[in-house]
Amino acid sequence: MNSLTSLLGWVDERFPLTKLWKEHLSEYYAPKNFNFWYFFGSLALLALVIQIVSGIFLAMNYKPDAGLAFYSVEYIMRDVEWGWLIRYIHSTGASMFFAVIYLHMFRGLIYGSYRKPRELVWIFGMLIYLALMAESFMGYLLPWGQLSYWGAQVIVNLFSAIPFIGPDLSLWIRGDYVISDATLNRFFAFHVVAVPLVLIGLVVAHIIALHEVGSNNPDGIEIKKHKDPKTGLPLDGIPFHPYYTVKDIVGVIVFLMVFSAILFFKPDMGGYFLEYANFVPADTMQTPQHIGALWYFNPFYAILRATPPMFGSPLPGVIAMGAAVMVFFFLPWLDRGAVKSIRYRGTIYKVAVGLFVISFISLGILGAQVPNPLYTILSQIFGVIYFAFFLLMPWYTKIDKCKPVPERVTG
Amino acid sequence: MSQNEVDRSKRRFLIAATTAVGGVAAVATVIPFVASMLPSQRAKAGGAPVEVDISKIEPGMILNVEWRGKPVWIVNRTKDMLDLLSKHDDRLVDPKSEVMQQPEYAKNATRSIKPEFLVAVGVCTHLGCSPTFRKEVGPADLGADWPGGFFCPCHGSKFDLAARVFQGVPAPTNLVIPPHKYLSDSRILIGDDSKGA
Amino acid sequence: MKKILFLVSLLASTMAFASSDLHLDKAPTNLSDQQSLQRGAKTFVNYCLSCHSAQAMRYNRLQDIGLTEQQIKDNLIFTDAKVGDTMTNSMSKKDAKVWFGASPPDLSVIARFRGVDWLYTYLRGFYRDETRPTGWNNVAFDKVGMPHVLNELQGEQVLHVEKHGEHETQKLVLAKPGKMTPVEYDGMVADLVNYLDYMGEPAKTKRMTLGIYVLLFLAIFFVPAYYLKKEYWKDIH
Repeated sequence: MNSLTSLLGWVDERFPLTKLWKEHLSEYYAPKNFNFWYFFGSLALLALVIQIVSGIFLAMNYKPDAGLAFYSVEYIMRDVEWGWLIRYIHSTGASMFFAVIYLHMFRGLIYGSYRKPRELVWIFGMLIYLALMAESFMGYLLPWGQLSYWGAQVIVNLFSAIPFIGPDLSLWIRGDYVISDATLNRFFAFHVVAVPLVLIGLVVAHIIALHEVGSNNPDGIEIKKHKDPKTGLPLDGIPFHPYYTVKDIVGVIVFLMVFSAILFFKPDMGGYFLEYANFVPADTMQTPQHIGALWYFNPFYAILRATPPMFGSPLPGVIAMGAAVMVFFFLPWLDRGAVKSIRYRGTIYKVAVGLFVISFISLGILGAQVPNPLYTILSQIFGVIYFAFFLLMPWYTKIDKCKPVPERVTG
Repeated sequence: MSQNEVDRSKRRFLIAATTAVGGVAAVATVIPFVASMLPSQRAKAGGAPVEVDISKIEPGMILNVEWRGKPVWIVNRTKDMLDLLSKHDDRLVDPKSEVMQQPEYAKNATRSIKPEFLVAVGVCTHLGCSPTFRKEVGPADLGADWPGGFFCPCHGSKFDLAARVFQGVPAPTNLVIPPHKYLSDSRILIGDDSKGA
Repeated sequence: MKKILFLVSLLASTMAFASSDLHLDKAPTNLSDQQSLQRGAKTFVNYCLSCHSAQAMRYNRLQDIGLTEQQIKDNLIFTDAKVGDTMTNSMSKKDAKVWFGASPPDLSVIARFRGVDWLYTYLRGFYRDETRPTGWNNVAFDKVGMPHVLNELQGEQVLHVEKHGEHETQKLVLAKPGKMTPVEYDGMVADLVNYLDYMGEPAKTKRMTLGIYVLLFLAIFFVPAYYLKKEYWKDIH
């Protein structure tokens, strides 16, 4: 017995290291038919690590002070050795994180990964998404540019629309009568300490829940149904390590190529990842001509703008926007389909998903535009389709004619 | 699972190759993050060499300048002061400046490039206080044999006008002479002694 | 999928109208032209820096564009600033507000906000307008607070409005020539805008060079990783 094995033995008697390794990697049996869509789970984890590491190094030089914040970012971009790289990693990483998360969620949607017994996996995932939205919103204030400032002003004011407690609530969030130094300082604390802690906790819960019930797959069938009578292992399962680790390394390299292409050649992504107007320091006396949301919030922003006010209050819009996000939580109970995967669903479901994707992307594009009556009507149409996809789901998934599901996974 | 034999050596080679390239990637990624903790351009600008006009320092007077956040003294020593320097070698810890607390070109009797101008970092080698300039000879509080020098108020360390430490005080070594050079007769540069430019 | 693409492209095309109708001239800038950047830097410190600041930009950073510290000290620093200092100026914000109605913005990242084409159009777009307190207006920035600082070089332009039925076209005409010919003036502005672009992100050139190496490296990394995956996945199926 060599010394490394004996050291491992020493550790294992005190901490379940080998047990954890086996449970979550070398003896975690995943379906062998994962396709392209299954890269995005591990990529999301990578994106989280990238954001945390680059964020720690940014926090070493950033100043959460209304008088210093804007130029402390420029200080990082110029005076700190490699600061520009670290800052672009973080800004590009934020957008890439959302891109990966949306693709990951879409995978869950089309293959029915939210359905019994994976409801909690889905709910933990949605909580991660909510925490990520909060993280992004508060992080966006930190550069203290014009859009940081006025974007935060608008979003925090939305809370004022809540009846009775609204005005006091938004005052409490800001800690001042407008977005100010106090707001910046507390958003910094939330962005760098509180929300990341919550995120990490939720990610652990998401993975533990997943590994308890096992992964879904593009066929939407349970591999645990068919086990080798001798070994008790699922016949269609393969150990995550080494098979999916070596596969994910390839995925990671391709992801990093896309990431690097953006980071090194177009870090502002034509104004979508870093907005031009945010290169002007926050001016509390002058609103920029057009305040947009970040691209990954645009579908919800379009719904907010397209919902008509009631008695002069923007409350309906706020409720609609909130509902557009929260409705995802109920997917496991809205879907009454006989099968999980889109592969064996009928035409109705496929059309519904197609319409949903079109409306989601269209709302995203519309949310980025300067509003006009035509766009508002378009947003309303797509908004109705968006909600219809969810609210009519119990009905159309039930009447949909599904195809027979195979017993074993297909290629 | 498999019908064919697993080619172990091929796998070992591919694992080694991927690990090697991945290792290079990991090291290359770590470099910028580690380097970002080095002094920034702002810190470097703050610690840049300081140019000082010494023509305005009257004989016997001291000028305090800041270099890298520390006080640097420039003393224009009079003939009398210089004469006294050689008279108390027996009371000094390191009269010949054997401990390298100064650049090679200041390892001499006056610990300076030009005899009259002393350039020294005004930070006590004991615990980092800044001694006070006491040029008067034989004052009441420092004793009749005080030849003029620097007295540290924190723990009573004493230095002469060549910034050399006296025996029997807490400070272990002479004060530091920073790298410096003469740009002209009236201007010196503290913090840079490179030749040329 | 085709349906989606069609709809998206349809939407995108209807939305292209949203932009403003100001025509911007294409700025002939080139960040790898160090001579142009050096001329631009000289114009910048001579004409812009007396009112504007560039508080994120250090003088000694200009070594990026091929200058030595001594050259920077001798030719580009007119204040008591040290070579490691940032490009600040001594005009107080309060005075500036009284003189121009607004304090001149810091120009460190102006090119990242405005874009080079806007700056190129703006700096060539001043014309005489006696209704303005400074006597100047600008085609790219209506009711601009800044006077035409480069007036002695460019000369004086006036704005001619021509009516073609319902259509109206605006044209700048040089009424009084300056020290430079229009071609020389455009060249000088191009250099200045080039410099402003560089100053907006000094690491830009380095970033792009490094990017090529990173992508090449990742392409190399892909090869063993891909074959490793293939080798292991022989076991499956």
